[in-house]
Amino acid sequence: MADVAHGAAGPAPVAEHDDVELYHPKSWVTKYVFSQDAKVIAIQYSLTALAIGLVALALSWLMRMQLAFPGLLSFIDAERYYQLITMHGMIMVIYLLTALFLGGFGNYLIPLMLGARDMVFPYVNMLSFWIYFLAVMVLVAGFFVPGGPTGAGWTLYPPQAILASTPGQQWGIVIMLASLMLFIIGFTMGGLNYVVTVLQGRCRGMTLMRMPLTIWGIFTATVMALLAFPALFVGAVMMTLDRLIGTSFFMPSIIAMGERLAYRGGSPILFQHLFWFFGHPEVYIVALPAFGIVSDLISTHARKNIFGYRMMVWALVAIGALSFVVWAHHMYVSGMHPAFGFFFATTTLIIAIPTAIKVYNWILTLWRGDIHLTPPMLFALGFIVTFVNGGLTGLFLGNVVVDVPLSDTMFVVAHFHMVMGVAPILVVFGAIYHWYPKITGRMLNTALGKLHFWITFLGAYAIFFPMHYIGLMGVPRRYYEMGAMSFVPPSTVDLNIFITVVALIVGAAQLVFLFNLFWSLRRGESSGGNPWRATTLEWQTPQTPPAHGNWGKELPVVYRWAYDYSVPGAAQDFLPQNQPPEPGVTEGARP
Amino acid sequence: MGIAIVLVLVVIGSVAFHFLSPWWWTPIASNWRYIDDTIIVTFWITGVVFAAVVLFMAYCVLRFRHREGNRATYEPENKRLEWWLAIGTGIGVAAMLAPGLVVWKQFVTVPGDAATVEIVGQQWQWSYRLPGADGRLGATDAAHVTPENPLGLAPNDPYGQDDVIIQGDQLHLPLGKPVKLLLRSLDVLHNFYVPEFRAKMDMIPGVVTYYWLTPTRTGTFEALCAELCSTGHAFMRGGVVVEPGSNYQAWLQQQKTFAQLQAPSRAQARN
Repeated sequence: MADVAHGAAGPAPVAEHDDVELYHPKSWVTKYVFSQDAKVIAIQYSLTALAIGLVALALSWLMRMQLAFPGLLSFIDAERYYQLITMHGMIMVIYLLTALFLGGFGNYLIPLMLGARDMVFPYVNMLSFWIYFLAVMVLVAGFFVPGGPTGAGWTLYPPQAILASTPGQQWGIVIMLASLMLFIIGFTMGGLNYVVTVLQGRCRGMTLMRMPLTIWGIFTATVMALLAFPALFVGAVMMTLDRLIGTSFFMPSIIAMGERLAYRGGSPILFQHLFWFFGHPEVYIVALPAFGIVSDLISTHARKNIFGYRMMVWALVAIGALSFVVWAHHMYVSGMHPAFGFFFATTTLIIAIPTAIKVYNWILTLWRGDIHLTPPMLFALGFIVTFVNGGLTGLFLGNVVVDVPLSDTMFVVAHFHMVMGVAPILVVFGAIYHWYPKITGRMLNTALGKLHFWITFLGAYAIFFPMHYIGLMGVPRRYYEMGAMSFVPPSTVDLNIFITVVALIVGAAQLVFLFNLFWSLRRGESSGGNPWRATTLEWQTPQTPPAHGNWGKELPVVYRWAYDYSVPGAAQDFLPQNQPPEPGVTEGARP
Repeated sequence: MGIAIVLVLVVIGSVAFHFLSPWWWTPIASNWRYIDDTIIVTFWITGVVFAAVVLFMAYCVLRFRHREGNRATYEPENKRLEWWLAIGTGIGVAAMLAPGLVVWKQFVTVPGDAATVEIVGQQWQWSYRLPGADGRLGATDAAHVTPENPLGLAPNDPYGQDDVIIQGDQLHLPLGKPVKLLLRSLDVLHNFYVPEFRAKMDMIPGVVTYYWLTPTRTGTFEALCAELCSTGHAFMRGGVVVEPGSNYQAWLQQQKTFAQLQAPSRAQARN
């Protein structure tokens, strides 16, 4: 049973092949700009994603201002409001979270954690970032074109998305679709790279079942993304054709503002299927890397092996597979054939089982651990609370008939922000506090980190927990203003003001984090190579930050799984993966 | 230490908010009490799980936080515990799913004696059509839409002539009679949503969708659009009046049929 931990003694044999000389940068430009080093690309991805994420944060402030104080900011009219929600949603889901987890953490951690010198296709990796960067630039250009960005909602549902009454119909929607296509092209280059590196680039001894769960999460999410993004891509192409040359893929006969348009016979609901065939796996594309990373944060900072490693791996894979057969739970009230409801409700609730297993194993890892309440651990604990909360409200929305009253209300907004907004972002923060020392050689300031954690965690919970109840009353989402609603008590206005005030505070608290990032770069305490006394390979590099090629002359050899913490008999409470078996140490259940 | 207390407070605060805050659903006015019941069951199951997980975390943080000389135990797996947890979760999930699917079956099975009402959405107003004396709605097509025929009824369909057309007014429904709402859109997606009825469904141009309900309480209820339909979305409001059968009949008598509404323009065409 414990062969999960060690398997046969010593490294597993792998096919030998000659080391290929890396392309070493010859100038400042090839070192820092058009770099082929996965670590530099990772930082480029991360900084770009965080920068565009700050834009999305500012947009959310404006939306919250409008909801709490309608009309106070006179430049927010209905058109502007719908542009805000569209851009906020799209940026957060795709350009921030997907890019940061896969392009950022994926690039940094895959080669280092697997004992590789770099990604297997460094040049394609470089192209991947620059196409992503271009996609972000095109997206931002949407703010400056005539008519502004599209206000179709982040789901871009036709026919509305390309009709004249929708803001940004002239340029904005075309820009958005073009940017999405670029993103997908860029991602595909990166994604193939991550998958091939995981399958082919591991060092000696690093079997699949010895990989840290971070890598399992990123790997599974990448495979899913490679399968899911094409659906969005073809949807975007078809909608672009509908918009620009008048095809009718998604457009039936329409009377718009009293005039009959030339479209005939298309199906708006076809787009919804394509969108959610991408969109639901997308939720897990964001969640699975977070699951993986948080597993490693908890294990390292609780000084205890992750509980039920094999179950954790299979749960990740099961969630990944199941997430391709649940997409229409976003469409229970879309008007699709009602019989689908039975199937999709069943698959959706089944996915709760592997997800719950992951939660149990996280908290059972805490059980009888030696819990160090470092910032990464605090963020991991915050993640569990918000993820469990958001996951449980998913059981409302996944259960088809319960979804009927709640769908399209603020309950949905609260749910998905809790589960795929707050929860993964808490992991992002925890991960940055955790790996910043490896990236820079310096620790982030702990006091500032704890301040950042408390405001962000409690604030985010205070924003989104009460919001569920606004939806439960029946207030629809995507309302420019609530106006008078006979079924809503007047005190709801106060609740909206409360949420907005907290949102402003939580947003401002991110400045503490940014300050910490920059300040610690120079002034932070020097970290050494392995400040958390962690087992995984990235902490065992000869230099910190790791040099190009990561490992100096010799690649590491792996002898054990990633979770040998507090092994009975061992002198230290951790055994690095590349440490050979010692005589006399029990080595858990099997040597 | 601090975090353990905060985790406990998060649980207490959430439960207190749930029971004590003034924000709760509006009293129901349709037969879909089953939906409310399923939500309550779900609240209980998920609430207990949430409290258990977070309190367990609080205990762990308190009990197993780092102190000098502590060492974690080494326990990679516990197959028996893992399987029991998985099975327990499966039972909890089934306890929510089973009633959910039973109620969904009812939700999509329209009773044979349900009356029919058509609701038409367009940016940003609602119109209604009743089948008239013959009990059948006439055919429609977007191609027939004109200022005089805003809902696009086929001009020569005999079934459509006595259809009652209601524009710029509230929809009336008789109390206690099941009604099937046929949903149609002329332009973009809309969704006819009355919170007191607990039911909703998108309207899609080119497709007729539906849901059904039985009004169980008299009153005037607000109808909202629940699917983003561009800038006027938040202002696309309507109303539904539920009243006893006799009042309903009196209201129905005053409404105009398609043929009556067409009469002036047809007379004009003849001249």
